[in-house]
Formats: sequence, C-alpha cells, structure tokens
Amino acid sequence: MPRALRAPRRHKTLLFAVLAAVAVGLMASPAALAGLISPEHGGSPNADRISTLYNVVLVLAAIIFVGVEGALIYSMIKFRTRRGAVAAQIRGNTRLEVGWTVGAALILVVLAGVTFALLPGIRTPDNSDAGGLRAANGGILYAAGPAKRLPPNGKALNICVNGQQYVWRYTYGARCKDSPLNSIFGYTTMIAPTGTTVTLEIVAQDVAHSWWIPKLGGKFDAVPGYTNYTWFKIPRGMEGHIFRGQCAELCGRNHANMVAFVKAVSPSDFERFVAAKKKQIQAADAAAAIGRKKLDRDPRANP
Amino acid sequence: MAATETAPTRTLPAVPQIVAREVRREPRGWTSWITTTDHKRIGILYLVTTFAFFLIGGVEALMMRLQLGVPNNTLLEPQVYNELFTMHGTTMIFLFVVPIWAGFANYFVPLMIGARDMAFPRLNALSYWLLLAGGVVFYATMFFNPPEAGWTMYPPLSSSAYLPNAGVDGWIFLIHLTGLSSIIGSINLYATIANMRAPGMGWGRLPLFVWAVLVYAILLILALPVVAGAVTMLLTDRHFGTHFYDATNGGSPLLWQHLFWFFGHPEVYIMILPGFGAISEVLPVFARKPIFGYKAVAAATVVIAFLGLLVWAHHMFSTPSPTVVLVFFMMSSFLIAVPTGVKIFNWIATLWRGTIEYRTALWFACAFIFQFLIGGISGIFLAIFPIDWQLTDTYYVVAHFHYVLVGGAVFTIFAALYYWFPKMSGRMLSEGLGKTSCLLMFIGFNVTFLVQHSMGLEGMPRRIYEYPDIHHLAILNLISTIGSFILALGVLVTVINVLRSLTRGVHAGPDPWKANTLEWFTSSPPPPNNFDVIPRVRSVEPMKDIRREIDRRTGRSTPPPEGVPESLVRA
Repeated sequence: MPRALRAPRRHKTLLFAVLAAVAVGLMASPAALAGLISPEHGGSPNADRISTLYNVVLVLAAIIFVGVEGALIYSMIKFRTRRGAVAAQIRGNTRLEVGWTVGAALILVVLAGVTFALLPGIRTPDNSDAGGLRAANGGILYAAGPAKRLPPNGKALNICVNGQQYVWRYTYGARCKDSPLNSIFGYTTMIAPTGTTVTLEIVAQDVAHSWWIPKLGGKFDAVPGYTNYTWFKIPRGMEGHIFRGQCAELCGRNHANMVAFVKAVSPSDFERFVAAKKKQIQAADAAAAIGRKKLDRDPRANP
Repeated sequence: MAATETAPTRTLPAVPQIVAREVRREPRGWTSWITTTDHKRIGILYLVTTFAFFLIGGVEALMMRLQLGVPNNTLLEPQVYNELFTMHGTTMIFLFVVPIWAGFANYFVPLMIGARDMAFPRLNALSYWLLLAGGVVFYATMFFNPPEAGWTMYPPLSSSAYLPNAGVDGWIFLIHLTGLSSIIGSINLYATIANMRAPGMGWGRLPLFVWAVLVYAILLILALPVVAGAVTMLLTDRHFGTHFYDATNGGSPLLWQHLFWFFGHPEVYIMILPGFGAISEVLPVFARKPIFGYKAVAAATVVIAFLGLLVWAHHMFSTPSPTVVLVFFMMSSFLIAVPTGVKIFNWIATLWRGTIEYRTALWFACAFIFQFLIGGISGIFLAIFPIDWQLTDTYYVVAHFHYVLVGGAVFTIFAALYYWFPKMSGRMLSEGLGKTSCLLMFIGFNVTFLVQHSMGLEGMPRRIYEYPDIHHLAILNLISTIGSFILALGVLVTVINVLRSLTRGVHAGPDPWKANTLEWFTSSPPPPNNFDVIPRVRSVEPMKDIRREIDRRTGRSTPPPEGVPESLVRA
C-alpha cells in the first residue's frame, strides 16, 4: 500500500524535473542553435528584438507542447484497454472546461502583453550612434520623411529600395519619387554605414517582391502602387560584414535568384564611397555635356 | 368560419401512407455511375475522384522534393518548378481536401441523421460533375501552359502582362467550377441537415461530424462567392480591359490579397473542421466513452468558424498596412487559439479514463492530435506580426500549414477512411497494413516537415526552385526529401490496403465498431433506401440506446465477459 501511495508523487517529481530541464534547455539553446530553432539576428537591434520575442514565445510554447502532448501520450498509454478495465462514462465537467478555456485565454493575454512591450523597439527606428554617419553630409541625411517612421531625433540615412524582375535597385539618400538618375544608385549590393540608422522605402516597379535580409530584421513586401517602410542599424565593429538575403515573394521564374546583399562599411568609408560616386557622376555628366554640344552643332542631328 | 365547424367530423378512409408502385431493380453497369442520384454512390464518386487527385498532387510534391534534395540542383527548369507548386497547392486544396469532405458528408450525413437521401439528389449529382469538370479544365492546362503564379495567384504576376498564356485562365475556371460545385453542394447539405433529421434528433443530438459539416457548408456559402468575384475580376483584368488589380491604372494588387484571403482563411477551416468532426466521432467509439463536453465541442466549431472569418489579413502582415490593422488581425488570430485549444483538451479528456482500443482509425486520430498541436503552436508564432515578419513566406510557413493540412486534415481523412470503409464497402480494412501505413505516414510526415521550420528560420524562402549551400540548408533539405518518400510509401500502403480489402477483406456486418451513430444501424453497404425503419432518436448516441434496447428485449442483459472489449464480443 505505501508503495502505491508513493508512486504518483515520484511521477510528479519526475514530470516537474523534465519540464524544468526542457525550459532551461530552451532558454539556453537559442544562442547555441540560432537559425535552427530561432530566427536569424545579430545585424540590427530590430532583428535582435524579434529574436528575443521569439524566444519568449518559444519557452511558453515548449511548456504547452510538453504539457499537452504529455497528457495525450500519458492517457494513450495509461488508458489502453486491458482486462477488467471499464471506461468511465463521463460526459463533461463544466468547471474544468471553463477552467481550461480561461487558462488558454490568459496565456494569450500574456503573449499579447509581451508583444506590445517589445513592439515599439521593433517598429520604430533607434537613433543613430554617436559614431554614426554625421548629419551634415551632402544632403544624404533627411531630417523628416513623408509618411515613414523616423527615429526619435528625426535623423536617419534614407535608402530607396526598388524591386524589379529579378534585381534590387538602391537609391541612396533620395526622395524615392524622384528619378534615381539624379542620385547615387546601385544594384544587388547595398552599401550601409555602421552605427547609423538606415530607413528604407520599399517599392516595386513590375510585380510584387519582398525585401528580406534575415539578420537585419523582418521582411517587407514591395507592392506596385504602395510604399513600405523598414529600418536597420548595423552595430559598430561589423564593418566588412556582408549580410545575405533574397526576395521572399514569388515574382516569376527567377524568383530564387533575386538575391540581395548589404555590405557594412564604416561611416568614413561610406562618405568616401559617396564622394567617389559623385565624382563619377560629375565626370559622366561632363562627358555627356560635351557630346550633347557636339550633337547640337551637328546639322545632321538637327534637321 | 363555418367550415371549421364541419371539417373535423369527416373521417378519412384507412389507406397506407406510402404506396410503392414498383420496386425498381438496382441499376448496374458503368452508366449507372453517371446517371446515379443516390447520395452514397455520389459520395463514392467524390471519394475516388478526390483521392486520385490526392495521388497526382502527391507526385507533384515528390518531384519538388527531388529538385530540392540537393543545393543548386538542375533536375527541373524554374518554370516547371513554379508550375508544380501551383498545381500541387491548387490540387490539394480545391480538388482534394475540400471536396473529399463533400464526399464523406454526402455519404454519411444522410445516414447519420437517419435520412433516405440528400434534400436535392439531382443537384447533388450536379455538384459532383461540376467538381470533375473543374479538375479536368485545370489539368487540361498541362497540354499547353500550366499556371505558374502559385495557388494564391497574386497579381500583378498573374496578370496578362506577366503571364499571358492561358494557364491562369484554366485556374480561374477551376475556381469557378469547383466553387459552383461547393456552393450547390453546401446548400444541399444545409437543407438536408436542417430538414431531414430523424424524429427526435434535435440540434443537441446532432452527431458532431454533422455539426462540423453544417458549419463547413455555411463557411463555403459565405466565403466562395467572394473568391468567385475576385477571380472574375482577375479574368476581366486579363482579357476585357479592366484594371481592378493594376496599380498603374488606379487599381490595387492588395485588393486581390484582401479578397483572396477573405476566402482563403475560412478555407483553412473548411478543410479542417470536418476533420475535427470525424475525430470527435472516432475517439469516443474507440475509447468506449462518450465525447467529453459535447456542447463545448459543437460550440467551439461554430466559434472557430465565426472567428475564422475575421483573421484573413494575418496572411498579409508584411504588406504595407497600418499598425492598427496588424494589431487587430494579431488579436483576432490569438482568439482562435482558445476554441481550438478547447477542442484538443476535450479530445484528450475523451481518452482519459477510457478503455482505448487501438484500431487503425484511432492511431490516425491520435497522430492527428499530436501533429495538429504542433501546427497550432507554430500558428501562434505566426500570429504575432513582428515574428511573422521573419517567418512569413519562408519554409516555416510551409511547415506550419502542412502540419495543419497534412498532419491535421489528411490524417483526419485517413482516420475517417479507416473508420467508415467497412460501412461503405461491407468489408474490413487490414489492421496490419493500416497500422503500417499510419506508422510510415507519421514518421515520414514529421521527418519531412519538422526540419522545414529550421529551413525557414535560416532564411530559405518558399517557392524557390534552388537554394545555395549555406547554413544547414543542404542537410535539412535532404532529410525533408527522404521523409517525403517515407510519407508517400505510407500512403501507398493504404491504397494497397483499400484495393485488397475490397475483394478480400473480412465481412464487416452492420456495426463492426459498436459505434454510436445511426449509419451503423443499417447494413454495410446500406441499401439504396438506407433504412427500412427510421428509429426515434433519444440521445446523442442512438446506437447505444438501440443496442441496450435489443439486449433488454432479447433478455441478454448480462454485460460482456470481464476484460473483453465490447467490440470483440460480437465477432
């Protein structure tokens, strides 16, 4: 008799031990298994915060998973038919049913609370670091944008992202409705200064695409006729790092090959990049002006 | 006024209420399958046709998994790959999971409510033939250009500027035809359930599968006209110069996404709710215990359906939408977790303190609960929109909805097949083959799809025909491909089981499981008129009452010998 009394308690202790071990293991493992069981992060605070939020939910989910699957497997084994067993003809238990309905709702209230606590840090951009790109830099930094989200101090480097079959085009510092031809622009690899908040205005010119660099935060669809916004801030010290991503919305046969890279450079290197590009644009403009003059004078070109 | 005084005094001559002019012979031969209006035969037509489409869709999936088995594979052209996932998704949803429930509902709803046929037998036949026509029109595109914009068919990619060939049009006609089929079928099911229940079967005594089919029918009636309108607008955009979805002319691609998902999310519940209903029939029978909380399970079905109409934009969290919209759809998606959780708890509580008999149908039911819970939990992650920004349109989503639709819906379909096959064919399926099939499918399914969560978290988008050898993508994809073939093998074992048992199965008799509902009251397979006598229903488990009554009248009131499961006594 005493053995029979002791047995359930031992079961309970074992159950708690397993639950605790799983919870601790899950809290520790996201760091070790980043990517395999939690989202990519490490390139920008918003990606890090999404990953944190994910890990909080993962711990809660793991507890629910172990609890419910445990109850299922326990009852599958314990209550399999055997000699002399008689099924209890229970039709329900109102108190129990109300209890687990309220319990499920409470878990969701907790999840909503955690989400709302972390949401502003994900949606609203951070200020640039002190060592980031300086404000007075050839009009590259915008103090205010149109409808987009800006950091609290209102200063960020703006880059327009344009999706087309099957390449991404980046226009630096421009107001995105302007023609990219008046600004610095490039394809596929974006150059981004570290320690600087970069806001992105995302548009598409043919079919829908989706901008996504996993380590720099979530994905934002580029839909024709709409502008989407996101941001990232690569920490100082990650200069030279290249972040990989690719289009995440089916855009046609070569959707799989519409890749995107973001190359982190130091703010001074970024300024040098801008200066070099400006020089190239001036040289090209000058060459074009000479050619234009020649054509203007040529009677065959002006009948 | 005067007439009322004289009317009661007249007596009617005593005549039988029903006069049979002739007893028609049961039609035979292949033409009888074309002309039939018998709900059981139409049900069989539905089941066979949709299962054939399931096998075709499965082959398409295996071809995709082969292409993705190794990084940078060149087995399939990008165009072919895009066509395959479009065909696979469309086939599985519109030609398999949704209509196979129409098949089970056709066969079993009239039997379970004690009716002799559906309310409108000819419309019933029309529903089936429209479904077949939709499938034929869609698969005819194989001979020119199959569609290649995914089953969601987002414009502008699906517009004539980017996909001028007729594949998208074939898809549009599939939606029209299968949609019409489903609407007609749903009205028929609704009318049947509302009007043709056996005497005594109030709403509180409706079997839970019938409750689920009722809600399935209502959801189809609400959701399908929306997508029918949306695809008609796509058709006029493509051919008749309108610009509903064309941003360059004042239209909006997001309009399509809203309309499509307003249909598309209820569609998920259209696919899974009848499965919930089937599980709610299977579990009590094999646990030898009444369903735990009948009212809660039925109410949860209705609440899920209602909330399911309010969550569509959680498929659009990464589109340019205001934060308030994102928050609303996050919270409404959270709410759905409550009734779904209630169902899972009630199912486990049904097993609790039962005497569980491990027949194949119960194996599939338990595997379903195990897997569907995983799909539900990953759904919570996806409902939180900042997390969804990382997960949407990746293999994480692919894993999630396959846990819901394969681990969930397909396993319930197999549970329903193993449970009801004896009634439809009169023969038992082999338990050995059935359990082998379930085990292979369980292992294959989880090996295929569990690792896909990790692929998504590592940055692999869905709908890509190749991927580079980065992170762990190569090994994860290889595991997934191997798993998919184990899953396919499991399905094949069931196909063999069904074909073999049709001729060689043990004769089932009317009630092999000692089940609870009226379909087991008649012979297996049932005669064309279903029931010679329709019993009066006095509880939610009429067959238990009937068995008890028979025991009482025959004086066999002694319970079965100790320790022997009731269902084994009869054999």
